[in-house]
Amino acid sequence: MAEKRVLTVTQLNMYVKSLLESSVYLNEIYITGEISNFTDHYKTGHMYMSLKDDGGLIKAVMFRQYASKLGFRPQSGMKVVCRGKVSLYERDGQYQLYITAMRPQGMGELAVAYEQLKSKLENEGLFDSSLKRPIPKIPKRIAVITSPTGAAVQDIMNILSRRFPIAEVIMCPVQVQGEAAAPQMIDALKRVNALNCADVIIIGRGGGSIEDLWAFNDEQLARTVRASNIPVISAVGHETDFTICDFTADLRAPTPSGAAELAVPESAEIIRKLKNVNISLYNSLVRLYRQKQLMLRAIMNKQCMANPLFYAQQRSQTVDMLTHRLGAAYANTLSQSKERFAATAANLESLSPMKVLLRGYSVVYKDGGAVVRSSQLAPNDKITLKMCDGEVNAVVE
Amino acid sequence: MDKMTFETAIKELEEITSSLEAGQLSLDESMKLYERGVKLSAFCSSELEKAQLKIRQLSDITPEQENEE
Repeated sequence: MAEKRVLTVTQLNMYVKSLLESSVYLNEIYITGEISNFTDHYKTGHMYMSLKDDGGLIKAVMFRQYASKLGFRPQSGMKVVCRGKVSLYERDGQYQLYITAMRPQGMGELAVAYEQLKSKLENEGLFDSSLKRPIPKIPKRIAVITSPTGAAVQDIMNILSRRFPIAEVIMCPVQVQGEAAAPQMIDALKRVNALNCADVIIIGRGGGSIEDLWAFNDEQLARTVRASNIPVISAVGHETDFTICDFTADLRAPTPSGAAELAVPESAEIIRKLKNVNISLYNSLVRLYRQKQLMLRAIMNKQCMANPLFYAQQRSQTVDMLTHRLGAAYANTLSQSKERFAATAANLESLSPMKVLLRGYSVVYKDGGAVVRSSQLAPNDKITLKMCDGEVNAVVE
Repeated sequence: MDKMTFETAIKELEEITSSLEAGQLSLDESMKLYERGVKLSAFCSSELEKAQLKIRQLSDITPEQENEE
């Protein structure tokens, strides 16, 4: 082998690396591909992956200083657009892409971040309707967390003033976009809860772009909204804008004006209802009176009340009847007794010995006793004959 | 009606309306409740009519103030 200059591996790698790095073009390129073999080492914070398409694959790394700025989590299978620099990692001779910025292809980075946070919190159950508290019907104090300038706060105050001026508003001025917005709103929410100075909280802002509304997608803010002991009405942007806070709040209003309408009843309607209450109170009383009146009438209509004598008269009649029956029964008994007596007397009469005597018979007495057999008599006995018209003395032959 | 607020008045009024509608009370009690109800109703109406929206700043509220409520 005719040898030219012999290089070491290190020298070769250095040479290729410098070749790559000398290309201005390769120092900053934009490249699109699908992430595969994604790993991130939590300790170092560096992300390692490959980017591939149908024709090939390139190894890539995103160091922590860049990766920490990502608003979403890259995953294998995601199609992304990356900005980076091409070079060689001499240790393993690997040519790779050093990524300095990444965004999902197709959907915006913000949109992906939104979807990821939404899924995460939904799976934790933070959106569950069972957690949502009812908004008090008649709130005494309403906390309003929004920008002190702009149309939103004006609309809210106007509507509250028109509908229900009897309530008190606790104004909590905050920034509603930018880095300071979410922390300020979290602070206001916590403060209102700690002081317990409101019956309901309205948090929101007027319309804007997804970036303008982004503070309301902050994870901590969404959690603080859910954790609030006081019911929260979320009112961000327009009807078609949805932010994470809308999902964790107890009620979502389509707009800030809508929130004011949902938070309070309408005075005019209450006054109308009060008039009806007066009428129904009166009607209830009249109904009660009528009821008592009917009761009284029913009692008065009873025989014993309407015709008290009737009772006595009835009783009197009974007495008469009984007396009559008594008399009749007595008379009956008396005549029966008379008859019985008469019959018995007649009987007795018919059995009377006088009757027998009158028929011609006589009774024979000897020595005071009656003689009923001829054998009782002997000749020369002195006897007495009792006849119906007197006595005759005789001697037996 | 010195310490009465709109909220307490309306709550009591609701209770009175229910009681009277149920019709289980004596004539005497009913009359008393009716009179109270009419008074409460008038109070609520006038509170609503004369009210003006009061706005306070969160930064002005101190813990002692709220504990008085």
